[in-house]
Amino acid sequence: MADATRTPELRFTEGCLTPAGDWTLLALGPHATRLRKELAAAKATRWDLSALTRLDSFGALLLWRAWGGCVPAGTVLPDEYATQFERFVAMDEAPVPHPPRFVFTDLLAGLGAAVLGLFSHLGDFLALIGRLALDCLHLLGQPRNWPLKEFSANLYKVGVKAMPVSALVGFLIGVVLSYLSALQLKAFGADIFIVNILGLGIIRELGPVLVSVLVAGRSGSAMTAQLGVMRVTEEVDALTVMGISNYIRLVLPKVMALSVAMPLLVLWTSAVALIGGMVSAELQLGLSYGFFLETLPKVVPVANLFIALGKGAVFGVLIALVACHFGLRVKPNTESLSANTTASVVTSITLVILVDAVFAIATRSIGVPL
Amino acid sequence: MLSLRGLSTRFGSNWVHKGVDLDIPPGEVVSLVGGSGSGKTTLLRQMVGLLTPTEGEVRVFDEPLFAGSRAEQRRRRRRFAMCFQGGALFSAFTVYENIAFPLREAGIATEAEIRELVALKLTMVELMPSHAALMPAELSGGMIKRVALARALALEPELLLLDEPTAGLDPTRSASFVALIRDLQQQLGLTVVLVTHDLDTLAALSSKVAVLAERRILAFDSLEAVMQIDHPFIQEFFLSERSSRALARAQGA
Repeated sequence: MADATRTPELRFTEGCLTPAGDWTLLALGPHATRLRKELAAAKATRWDLSALTRLDSFGALLLWRAWGGCVPAGTVLPDEYATQFERFVAMDEAPVPHPPRFVFTDLLAGLGAAVLGLFSHLGDFLALIGRLALDCLHLLGQPRNWPLKEFSANLYKVGVKAMPVSALVGFLIGVVLSYLSALQLKAFGADIFIVNILGLGIIRELGPVLVSVLVAGRSGSAMTAQLGVMRVTEEVDALTVMGISNYIRLVLPKVMALSVAMPLLVLWTSAVALIGGMVSAELQLGLSYGFFLETLPKVVPVANLFIALGKGAVFGVLIALVACHFGLRVKPNTESLSANTTASVVTSITLVILVDAVFAIATRSIGVPL
Repeated sequence: MLSLRGLSTRFGSNWVHKGVDLDIPPGEVVSLVGGSGSGKTTLLRQMVGLLTPTEGEVRVFDEPLFAGSRAEQRRRRRRFAMCFQGGALFSAFTVYENIAFPLREAGIATEAEIRELVALKLTMVELMPSHAALMPAELSGGMIKRVALARALALEPELLLLDEPTAGLDPTRSASFVALIRDLQQQLGLTVVLVTHDLDTLAALSSKVAVLAERRILAFDSLEAVMQIDHPFIQEFFLSERSSRALARAQGA
């Protein structure tokens, strides 16, 4: 079988067309275009297929198309190739239906589906929160059933393991922010206000949002992908059949873990960012560490810290809920998994920034020195 | 057609195969049997180059599997095809796109020709044209196997490797799938290598049986000849009551 393939060709002698050589997909590869043309141009009354060394369904299809869908009368057709053409007859009786063309109404239908999809998302999200709340109420009576082990595992995964990267990002942001502000403040001779800017900016605003973006990208996507694959492999269904609530075993530990881990991460990241800012301020403006640390509590009211922790907890719950919502919507195919993971990260970051704006309005008179 | 020369495989410190030699002549249907954990699937994956053996080499069509330039390797790969146990259909594609995909990648047939070739493959595996628009997630287990077979046959391979072709099918579907494979093998003159646990499949399909035990090919011969060999594994595998029933069924059929 390893013998070299014989070049397919089309011989024409006295009104008789003779395809010769290997008419297989592999052998026809470089010659297909030429032979298609030759077949289309051929005006033959008789065909002789006995010179073929091999014929597969692609080679047979080329001939079949040239013949216009039937074997011409008087064709010399060796028995071993006859079955090939019999299959074509069966196939032509049942052609594969064409997929419907894209028309204007499809566009309209797409728009409608998108709007309805939004409502279904809102409905499902509400249902998720409702089920979770009901399950929590139910759990209040049975403290033994709280998913504490899962909670602890999740806490480690989303909290402890996120510490290095959030510290690195926080430190760099602190340094950059401090450096840029210092350049401006120096021009006004208002050097010491660097502490106010960094303190308020980082603790109240930047810390929680920065950590949320990091966690949404890092843990939110992981949660969606995990739940999604569990749906694909029917693990979620297996849990349901065992009578174990998916919401208690899968969703609740994630929500609990993020609502606890996020404030702690916010605290940690803000602290590291402030250290970064402090280092930069010392290098840029000559502000001593002692002065920085002494001034910080005086210019930043402690209420800001509580706002930051509150934001952290709320954002954490949001990210976990959005991640679980999209994870549980995954359908058993790769496309759906990737689409839902993307949607999960984009939605949770957008939601976090929206809710952050609400926080900014709601707390506008709290903790801001006038 | 396909030969293994002194193939040895080690996982960690554990030798799974030690000096496996096997020569599969063209036109045969070879069943690879062995106890669980004897590395049948590993061997199959090495035959198609998904795994590299620790020692030894795999030769297909009288050439080493990994010899030559990229283009030559690609050309060689097109001459054989594999059906995976779970089908391994591309879940984001419809049935039609799954079968058309290798044809499109080969870049030889035009879109209109691909349509007819897909229709042809669907009739070959006894599926309806209306199934072409379905997604893999909407198919039953038997249909997934058939679509996987159609996709494997798309590029007109000379050598077909099947991993547990009838696993997860009920006996009726399993029998009809086996009949389909046998018909296609005879019509297309394929060489088939299959890994199976199912004695009904084994008895109905294989012209030769390769027994993998004690880390090597213990026997490679026709089913009747293999059954004569006095070895504990072979005795247990083929001559238990359950096996005898299956083999008797196959002979009656």
